[in-house]
Amino acid sequence: MPKRTDIHSILIIGSGPIVIGQACEFDYSGTQACRVLREEGYRVILVNSNPATIMTDPDFADATYIEPITPDVVAKIIERERPDAVLPTLGGQTGLNTAMALFERGIIGVPGTPEMIGANAEAIATAEDRDKFKRAMVEIGLAVPVSGIAHDLAEAMAVVERIGMPIIIRPAYILGGRGTGIARTAAEFKLRAAEGLAASPIGEILIEKSIAGWKEYELEVMRDCADNCVIICSIENVDAMGVHTGDSITVAPAQTLSDVEYQEMRDAAFACIRRVGVETGGSNVQFAVNPETGEQVVIEMNPRVSRSSALASKATGFPIAKIAAKLAVGYTLDEISNDITKATPASFEPSIDYVVTKIPRWAFEKLPGSSGILGTQMQSVGEVMSIGRTFTESLQKGLRSLEHGRLGLGCDPAEAELAEIGDETLLKMIAIPTPDRIFQVGELLRRGTGIEAIHEACRIDAWFLDQMLQIMEERAALADEKPTELSPRQWRRAKQMGFSDGQLAHLWHSDELTVRALREAAGVIPTYKTVDTCAAEFAAETPYHYSTYEDENEVRPSDRPRVVILGSGPNRIGQGIEFDYCCVHASFALREAGYETVMINCNPETVSTDYDTSDRLYFEPLTREDVLNVIAAETLASGGTAPKVIVSLGGQTPLKLSGVLPQELIAGTSPHSIDLAEDREKWSALCHRLRIPQPPGDTAVDLEQALRIVDRVGFPVLVRPSYVLGGRAMQIVHDGDHLARAMRELAGFGSLGREGGLSAERPVLIDRFLEDATEVDVDAIRDHTGEVLIGGVMEHVEEAGVHSGDSACAIPPQTLPPWVVEVIESYTKSIAQALDVRGLINVQYAVLGTTVFVIEANPRASRTVPFVAKATGVPLAKVASRVMLGATLAELRHEGLLKPPSSNGHVSIKEAVLPFNRFPEVDPALGPEMRSTGEVMGIDSTFGLAFYKAELAAGTVLPTEGTVFLSLADGDKPAGIVVARRLRQLGLGIAATTGTADYLASFGVNVDAVVGKISDGHGINAINLIAGGDIAFVINTPQGQGGGARSDGEQIRKAAITHRVSSVTTVEAALAAVQGMAEQVGRALSVRSLQEYHRI
Amino acid sequence: MIREAALVLADGSVFEGELFGAEPAGGVASGEVVFNTVMSGYQEVITDPSYAGQIVTFTYPHIGNYGTNQADFESERPFCRGVIVREMARRHSNHRAEQSLDATLRRFGVSAIGGIDTRRLTRILRDTGAMAGAFGTADEASLRQAAAAEPGTDGIDLVADVTCERPYTHNTTRIDTGSTMRRIVAFDFGIKRTMVRHLAGLGTVEVVPATTTSAEVLAREPDGVFLSNGPGDPAMCGDAVQTIAELLGQIPIFGICLGHQLLSRALGGNTFKLPFGHHGGNHPVRYEPSGHIEITSQNHNFCVDPASLEGKVEVTHLNLNDHTNEGMRVLGVPAFSVQYHPEAGPGPHDSRYLFDMFAELMDAGV
Repeated sequence: MPKRTDIHSILIIGSGPIVIGQACEFDYSGTQACRVLREEGYRVILVNSNPATIMTDPDFADATYIEPITPDVVAKIIERERPDAVLPTLGGQTGLNTAMALFERGIIGVPGTPEMIGANAEAIATAEDRDKFKRAMVEIGLAVPVSGIAHDLAEAMAVVERIGMPIIIRPAYILGGRGTGIARTAAEFKLRAAEGLAASPIGEILIEKSIAGWKEYELEVMRDCADNCVIICSIENVDAMGVHTGDSITVAPAQTLSDVEYQEMRDAAFACIRRVGVETGGSNVQFAVNPETGEQVVIEMNPRVSRSSALASKATGFPIAKIAAKLAVGYTLDEISNDITKATPASFEPSIDYVVTKIPRWAFEKLPGSSGILGTQMQSVGEVMSIGRTFTESLQKGLRSLEHGRLGLGCDPAEAELAEIGDETLLKMIAIPTPDRIFQVGELLRRGTGIEAIHEACRIDAWFLDQMLQIMEERAALADEKPTELSPRQWRRAKQMGFSDGQLAHLWHSDELTVRALREAAGVIPTYKTVDTCAAEFAAETPYHYSTYEDENEVRPSDRPRVVILGSGPNRIGQGIEFDYCCVHASFALREAGYETVMINCNPETVSTDYDTSDRLYFEPLTREDVLNVIAAETLASGGTAPKVIVSLGGQTPLKLSGVLPQELIAGTSPHSIDLAEDREKWSALCHRLRIPQPPGDTAVDLEQALRIVDRVGFPVLVRPSYVLGGRAMQIVHDGDHLARAMRELAGFGSLGREGGLSAERPVLIDRFLEDATEVDVDAIRDHTGEVLIGGVMEHVEEAGVHSGDSACAIPPQTLPPWVVEVIESYTKSIAQALDVRGLINVQYAVLGTTVFVIEANPRASRTVPFVAKATGVPLAKVASRVMLGATLAELRHEGLLKPPSSNGHVSIKEAVLPFNRFPEVDPALGPEMRSTGEVMGIDSTFGLAFYKAELAAGTVLPTEGTVFLSLADGDKPAGIVVARRLRQLGLGIAATTGTADYLASFGVNVDAVVGKISDGHGINAINLIAGGDIAFVINTPQGQGGGARSDGEQIRKAAITHRVSSVTTVEAALAAVQGMAEQVGRALSVRSLQEYHRI
Repeated sequence: MIREAALVLADGSVFEGELFGAEPAGGVASGEVVFNTVMSGYQEVITDPSYAGQIVTFTYPHIGNYGTNQADFESERPFCRGVIVREMARRHSNHRAEQSLDATLRRFGVSAIGGIDTRRLTRILRDTGAMAGAFGTADEASLRQAAAAEPGTDGIDLVADVTCERPYTHNTTRIDTGSTMRRIVAFDFGIKRTMVRHLAGLGTVEVVPATTTSAEVLAREPDGVFLSNGPGDPAMCGDAVQTIAELLGQIPIFGICLGHQLLSRALGGNTFKLPFGHHGGNHPVRYEPSGHIEITSQNHNFCVDPASLEGKVEVTHLNLNDHTNEGMRVLGVPAFSVQYHPEAGPGPHDSRYLFDMFAELMDAGV
């Protein structure tokens, strides 16, 4: 069937900010969809609140709304744009939920309104409602985990009688898995059932047969409107059922299913998508298989593209989202061509001839108080994918891609952590899934513990364990060899098992470069194979490569000038989609300028790892060894000319490599300048020379030095390690004890040590902390002629002390006088000049009274580059990448790439999105260590309105009625009066703690409800109020330092998170919030597209 | 103990590897080297009689992961001359497994070579077509000689090697699908057990040798005749073609793979050798009457030229990758056939409706 001509415009709902469980994969899928639908001639309207996405670039849609993704706002956009159809299946759960809410209101999906394409409301409801889904599966003869519902212990016992132990109890209507538990014995069951019944507000529990320990699989299915179905990829989880699939190590294709079993699963997946009624597009269906009997059950299905479909797309070369978009407008699979072969149609099932491994990356170290134990709720913030010809190679490449200081499956310095732990203890440890379990399993295998015992403890399939054992055996064999006498065959075998040069260096007490030299002398260098969807059956046109060590290299020769762009690796807190945005823009801009672009990255969620983005894609770890290998392969392919390398757009990951790559290849700012900005002494001297004030401070490698600095500058001080991103381990220190603790932590060999602990090369920076200062960020570009373009000056809402990544900021600055902005711009220009920057630079300032202090400068892309670009309409990353390769700003202006910023009087706010709802045990107060996973943007005509929108987009509803709960730290109380008065003027009620209430009363502000201390244990306290639903908004600011984990403040903040009551934890945010409420009250929210703001 | 081995192709390409399975006679196993892109189903492929005379390369690197079992044999033993893999599983894991693949290969005297850059090999075969080759522990010169001496499968009658010696009736639990039980005569040109199992769902299956005459078939008074898959060049099966021509119009006929080619030749059509054959479980085929797409299991080197059958058949199935013929219905005569494997062993189950069509055809009679 040809494409539909009865629809002309399509609204795509994006997924909003990056949160745990919903990351860049939806930028990847949304960007693909926007692209193909526009190519097909449809008018594309997009709504997404996330400014860091590629899809929200004004080039990708006809109308781009960076607005909050709420039913009200989307309804407004629909009213304004009147699209013919809505495509809800590309924006993750956010897209689906928003579409369902709109459907329920009769705004889409009913006659006379925009049609829902991809999946209709009935299909979404069938897949999303657990009970409905179960019944649908039973109806078509598919097995599901047996379950029953109970309202009291007697009913519960009856259910368990029927289904047998072990069982999992899930209370109804609870948040965050509270009261959920597994029971194996009758005694345990009675206890858990009682707990569960108590936890459920309606006294109802679902009792489900526990299948923890079963093997877990996923199939990615596509269906077109002619009912053709294909499987794109099968995925097998290394971690058994019981660990969320997003937190599991997974492998594609399935490894331990016989064809008979696989085909049974395939049939079931088709039956499932047909019964659920997904008419066109991609879905994923999850299965569990009993390893003893082969019994298969359906766990769930997602009627939309997902994290798994992004992984499957990268794993096979089959672009699921792109094809899904085409299917949604009426094409059938056989009418769409396979991009990679160009000769065959998309109506096939990819066959792959390699092994793909996905490994999650967690951020527990940034969330003190979190258990670090993996379970049924996803907690990882990012993931890596690796490709090898075998599982061993793929696994070890994946582990070194994580950038957690591991070089592979052990055989590295970090394995010392396990050395002291006895076998028995280790065996107990692996029964509990954690991020380190894979290494513990490896260690047990190395020590000779049997596969059966290990399998029994951790439930990882024996096939995977045997593969890991082979790594350990190879290691033992290599340990007995002399590296200088290793035969090429032995070298090759080691490399084929995924051993990095670094691991071999550790094994042989040598160093990486020596090992590399010996290996190369033996003639063993990587060969690059191609991901081609068809296992080489047809010739592939698309150069999407991965390395292995075999006979034949498939990189094709080329003589065009080439640029290698180093990506940013796995998403983590502090380094995420913003940097992928920059890398992708560089690739787009440089391709347009005639360069051949080569991307190296290992993050399957991203646009950068779409094979369409660059001329060549290497799906490889971002380590020195792997990057040098690609540079060598590219040099070889061009007859000896080495490519230029861009290291400054992918965040800290590539920047850290700048020192170990050939210096002459690095495009843009020289590594020397990068070092100048990072080296505290040189940097201070530079600022001194430029007469730019800095907060007093110095560097220290031990406590003694640290104390000497403090003697000079006084407390409080900001203590931070050098060369990290996201304020990792940054602390504000108020006294000597705290300083000693901070220095000890930094020196320790914990996770931070792995990322670059304390050493002479990486000392700790200690600066006087400027209390009450206003923080300002600047992004600028300097070209080789010395011209500097100020991209944007951002004023932070929260004061210095809250990490810039966690604080809201505004363009243009809202409270800074023009002369201060001028001073900031002029400082920025002199710093850029002094560092001889060629490309981007980000400078942070603190403004205290009439003094502008420079905090730090980073001659690289910052997290705010995409936000600035969306706020001003200037494509900073594109301009910067051209400048890095020698273009001048004047030339780019002439070319038309660089246009003046649009200033139509609008205000843009960036707000951070925090993961605390996933970690109820963590204090949600903000601090100098960044914890946000993503960001949103609000644009409107005033600060208040833009702030209101930004908060709404971030999930914080600023109320215009109801009662606000106030409890303020002493230092915040004066400002609190302003807040309270505004609330009163707006007609909102106020509840407060005794101290705050007394203070407010003394200034004539009445409080409606006063609550006592939680620790008093009598009367109504704050938590009762919040839990009781009486509070619309919480303003709670932490009491300076200390207070302890059990402080009232922390409990109040946690209660707000648990009960989903919006809250702010700084007084500056409270002031901004009341301004937002005041401006918003009594008026309708208005929406406007970026194209209108920038008059494109 | 690693048994170092090498693979040599007729074009002189050499691959280093390691020997698995049985020790080949004289250290050399030779045959026509082909590849298969299935990611699961190695046991079914290895025991498919259509691979007689051939050495099968698996493009998926890990082979043997889930072991082997009695139920997944497609015939009584492997007929292929050898197996080429990247990584032979040392340990298998699956509740259905009874033996490792390595042990199974040893049991039947089949040799395998592991550690091969199978992607390089596949790319060679893709570009030059199936090629003679030899592998083993013998020295390179011996392997080269063996590869050169290998006749390939063109112009060779391999069916004689794989067909049953005498007729037999398939014993299975009967699934009563209609009021009358049908009687099916199935020609064994190298028949797969999954085919027999599917036919058994339709009626009593009498499997007969490839050399069975039309008179012998008719004497069994069947409701339908089934033409199985099989190895080699259809042009070498002249007698069977003659038999089929005699049966056409007298009894409903259904053919698969070699059976499809033989039916075509019986109608006067031509077959030709594909550059590198179709061997995999992911080929899209369109069923022309409905436009529906089936993902199919394929294993053939020869192909029917539909132009040579103009006016005699309706082309019912088309391969969407290379647009070669995948199926036909004979005009005016109750006979149809497909090139691919609707019985799927291994492979997708998308095309099982063809067996129902055969049942309908038999019920309609001549």
